[in-house]
Amino acid sequence: MLVALVVITLVASLLLGFVYNSTKTPIALAKAEKVNNAIKAVLPEFDNNPSEQAQTLSLDGGELTIYRATQGGESVGTAIKTFSKNGFGGNIELMVGFLPDSSIHRIAVVSHNETPGLGDKIDPSKSNFCVQFEGKHPDHFALSVRKDGGDVDAITASTISSRAYCDAVQRAYIALTKGGAQ
Amino acid sequence: MEYLLIIIAAIFVNNVVLSQFLGICPFLGVSSKINTASGMAGAVAFVMVLATIVTFLLQHYVLVPLGIDFMQTIVFILVIASLVQMVEIVLKKVSPALYQALGVFLPLITTNCAVLGVAIMVIKKEFGLLEGVVYSFATAIGFGLAMVIMAGIREQMELADIPKGMRGTPITLITAGILALAFMGFAGLVK
Amino acid sequence: MNRLNNLTRGLIRENPIFVIVLGMCPTLATTSSALNGLGMGMATMFVLMGSNVVISLIARFIPDKVRIPSYIVVIATFVTIIDLLMQAYTQSLYETLGIFIPLIVVNCVVLGRAEAFANKNSAFDSLLDAIGMGLGFTLALTLLGAVRELLGAGSVFGLRLIQTDAILVFVLAPGAFIALGYLIALFNRIKR
Repeated sequence: MLVALVVITLVASLLLGFVYNSTKTPIALAKAEKVNNAIKAVLPEFDNNPSEQAQTLSLDGGELTIYRATQGGESVGTAIKTFSKNGFGGNIELMVGFLPDSSIHRIAVVSHNETPGLGDKIDPSKSNFCVQFEGKHPDHFALSVRKDGGDVDAITASTISSRAYCDAVQRAYIALTKGGAQ
Repeated sequence: MEYLLIIIAAIFVNNVVLSQFLGICPFLGVSSKINTASGMAGAVAFVMVLATIVTFLLQHYVLVPLGIDFMQTIVFILVIASLVQMVEIVLKKVSPALYQALGVFLPLITTNCAVLGVAIMVIKKEFGLLEGVVYSFATAIGFGLAMVIMAGIREQMELADIPKGMRGTPITLITAGILALAFMGFAGLVK
Repeated sequence: MNRLNNLTRGLIRENPIFVIVLGMCPTLATTSSALNGLGMGMATMFVLMGSNVVISLIARFIPDKVRIPSYIVVIATFVTIIDLLMQAYTQSLYETLGIFIPLIVVNCVVLGRAEAFANKNSAFDSLLDAIGMGLGFTLALTLLGAVRELLGAGSVFGLRLIQTDAILVFVLAPGAFIALGYLIALFNRIKR
C-alpha cells in the first residue's frame, strides 16, 4: 500500500526536478528581461548592459538597486530600482531614471498591489500621473503631495498610493545623492 | 504593536474570505446555521495554525537548505492532508467531546484553500515563525467572523420570500458581495 | 455518441461553475479582467487534462486506502509544472494570478473529476472529459471576467467599449460576488 504512494511520489519528484532544471534558465532570463525593459523605459538610449554592474544599497530596511547607463562610454543617466512599504496594498516597486544632472527623466512601475481603478493609476499605462515628474529636479520640486505641502498632484481618491509613490521616488533620489552620484 | 497591526489587517482589512477569496467553498457550503458555521471555524483555526507551524519549519529547515523549494506545493498539500488525518485520530482518542464538535468538518478542511493559501502566504510575506503563527490565527478569526456573520444573515433570510431563480447560491453570493462591500470600509484602517 | 457526450457535458449541462458550483476561490479571485479569467481557466484546464489522463492510467495499481493522497500528488505535480512554465514564459500573467496558481491543487473541480470520472474510465475518455470540463471552467471564468471588466473598467480584453466612467466596484472584491450571483441566477433561468 505504502509502496504505491512512495513510487508515485518518487516519479513525481523526478519529473519535477527535470522540469525545474529545464525552466531555470528561461525563468532567470524572463526576470532579467523585465528589469532591462524597465531600465530602457526610464532612460535615454544607451549601449552598455547596466545590469552587469548593478550596485545595491540598503536604506530604510529595504534594498535599492542602482543601474548606470552609458552611450559610447559617456554617462547618459542612472536608473534606480526603489520601493515604498506604504502602498495601500503593500509594497510598491518603481524604476526611476535620472539624467546626469540628477533631474528625473521617466518613471516606470515594476510591481504594485494597489487597488485596480484607483491606486493602480500610478502605472503609466493607466493614467498620466507619472508625467508630472518628468524633467523635474528633486531639489526644486518637493516630492510629496500638495496636501502635505509638496508639489505633486495626487491621484483623485488615492492619496495613500500617491504618497507612497512620492516616498519611493524620494528614496531613489536619496540613493542617487548618497551612493549613485558619479 | 507590529503584531496588533498584523492581527487587525488579517481580520478586518484583508479578510481572508471577503477580500482575498480564500476558503469560499466552506463559506458558501456550511454557512446556513450559526452552530455549524462556528464549528467549522473552530476546526479551521486549529488546523490552520498547526499547518502554518509545520510548513514553516519544513520550508526553512528542509526545502530551502536542500534547494528543492519548487516542491513546495506538493509537500505542503501532503502535510496538510496528513495533518488533518492525524488531528482527527488524536482528537478521537484525547478529547471525544471536541471530536464530537469538530469531527465532521475535519475531512472537508484538506480541500479548504484558505489553509494552503495561508501557509504559502506566510512564506511569501517572509514572516518569522511567531509572526506567521499570529497571522494564521488572526486569519482564522477573520474566517470565523465572516462565517458567523454570513450564517446569521442566512438564518434570517430563510423567512424571506426570495424570487425562485435567486434561491440558493445566487442570493448567498449577492449577500456575500454586500458583506464584502461593508468590509471595504475597513480599508486604510492600518497604515 | 457517448464520446461526444463526455466532451460536451462539462460545457453547459454540468458546467463546473454555473451548475455544480465548484472551484469558487479562483473563479472569484482571478476574474478582474477577461484576460486574467482566460489565463486562469487555461492553467486549470492543463492540470485537469494531465491529472485525468495519468489517474485513469494508474488507478488500477493504487490501493484504495492511499487513493486520495496519490491523486493529490499527481495533481500537485502538474500544478508545479504549469507554475514553473508560466513563471518562465508568461511572467506578467503569472504575477497577476499570484498565489492562485499553486492553489489549483485544492480546486475541487480537479480532484472531483479524478474521483467521479477518471478513476473508472479509459485514458481517452478521461481526456475528453477533462477538455470538456476545462473548457466549461475556462468559458465561465472568461465570461465572468468579461462582465466584470466591462462594468468595472468599461473594456473587454483591454478593448475600450464604454467611454464614460465605469462602476469601479465590479473589479473590486464585492463586485466578484455580486456579478457571479447574478450570472448563476441568469443561468438557472435559461436552463429552466
